[in-house]
Amino acid sequence: MIKAEQKPVDEILSFLEPYNKILLVGCNACVAVCHAGGEKEVGMLAATLRMARKKSGKKLEIVEDCSTRQCEPEFVDELGEKVEDVEAVLSIACGVGVQTLAKRFSGVPVYPGVNTTFMGETEELGVWVERCQACGNCVLHLTGGLCPVARCAKQLLNGPCGGSQEGMCELKRDIPCVWQQIYDRLKAIGQLHRMEQFIPAKKWGTESRDSGPRSILREDLKL
Amino acid sequence: MKAESNLERILEKAQFAVTAELGPPKGNDVGAVEKKAELLKGYVDAINVTDNQTAIVRMSSIAACALLVRMELEPVMQMVTRDRNRIAMQSDIFGASALGIKNMLCLSGDHQSFGNQVDAKNVFDLDSIQLIDCVRTMRDEKTILGGDDEIEGDIKMFIGAAANPFGDPFEFRVVRLAKKVAAGVDFIQTQCIYDMPRFKEWMKMVRERGLHEKVHILAGVTPLKSGGMARYMAKNVSGISIPEEIIDRMVKAEKPAEEGIELCVAQIQELREIEGVHGVHIMAIEWEHRVAEIAERAGLLPRPTA
Repeated sequence: MIKAEQKPVDEILSFLEPYNKILLVGCNACVAVCHAGGEKEVGMLAATLRMARKKSGKKLEIVEDCSTRQCEPEFVDELGEKVEDVEAVLSIACGVGVQTLAKRFSGVPVYPGVNTTFMGETEELGVWVERCQACGNCVLHLTGGLCPVARCAKQLLNGPCGGSQEGMCELKRDIPCVWQQIYDRLKAIGQLHRMEQFIPAKKWGTESRDSGPRSILREDLKL
Repeated sequence: MKAESNLERILEKAQFAVTAELGPPKGNDVGAVEKKAELLKGYVDAINVTDNQTAIVRMSSIAACALLVRMELEPVMQMVTRDRNRIAMQSDIFGASALGIKNMLCLSGDHQSFGNQVDAKNVFDLDSIQLIDCVRTMRDEKTILGGDDEIEGDIKMFIGAAANPFGDPFEFRVVRLAKKVAAGVDFIQTQCIYDMPRFKEWMKMVRERGLHEKVHILAGVTPLKSGGMARYMAKNVSGISIPEEIIDRMVKAEKPAEEGIELCVAQIQELREIEGVHGVHIMAIEWEHRVAEIAERAGLLPRPTA
């Protein structure tokens, strides 16, 4: 799922400086799972902001809400009345949610309250790690189900660089070298021959955001 | 002959090749390049020019190589995939060839977090093996990567790459070499060797696959200057293995620099005896003035003239 982290409170306060009344809206999907932008975080952030503004002598009125999924227009529509009543919106959904709000409410400023960081896995409670960069042409069938695009600092596609030592990446000695992990996994599943296979230059242009925003059109699902 | 470089000629004649390394200055100081190059003139067959090594901003490899060509010295242009996409790299290969550069070394490059531009966005559009494939395509098929546009002129480039027998997983290291050979590499310069048993084990695996007959392997050496340097490298540089007894010898030496040179000379003599080792690559980091002495004492002089 998409992972995010709350922005520093001072940064958020700097966005809100001109306003007296805002809507703070979270999202109950991905960002709720990583405890950055769900209902609970809306309440906590609202309390923090109110207190900070009260201290500074310029009170801030905050209307709180949380979308089911802020990346979908039908859920964003439900916020219509509340948005009409405020000067600005602070969203603690991911970057997608912020943009869905901005598109829907064209006359109202929308600010991000979190930094959207990556798509990742929950390793344990409170620990999330990046696993996918949505490059658009999955190579996991070649690499034992571990992604070198997301997990190798050099995005190498043809095996570990010379800096892989004792299973660790030369960049950060506490981060495992994904190519060592790929090697071990391919060995375990009897597919070590895949390490010999040359993976040619990737088509970043057509497969990734390098050609602008990508879209998916499913005629079978369109109304 | 693929590129008609001096290095290629020597290797094709089965003569033992000698290359060295020159790190360009952190600026436009032409004199600094010339001074280092003069120290190597006549003692080596070709000079590698590093490409912003350890991600420290320096004079571009292509420019420093052109300065060497002007001095009638033969450069090996190092090119890392860290900083340029395939458009820029192929354009620079055209330019390098136009400037008289005939050898290049294809590398992925040290990550930017090691250097002085840690906030840089890296590129890695290609990896080092894909770059080898790209240059080979340009030279042998006379087209650019993935296109059928014919190249105007001939890209005569002797293609090199690195190999690190001391990286992990060890069993994969020879597979990686095989992939580079399949992609079209002509010569290999290895990471600096201190752990002779491991290097010999790797070479045995190379011979078992018959790779020593398909690619020229130049064994890398770096003379140690002090016990501190030996300790530092062993501890901090990933992919370098220095046995305890060598560190010990350097630490205890009365004249560590002399000890380092002696050790390096002995290593070269030992490497030369290994079947499949076709040359030596002397990486004397900021010690270019000692290369002549190392070459002399290792019995590598005089160098053959073209």
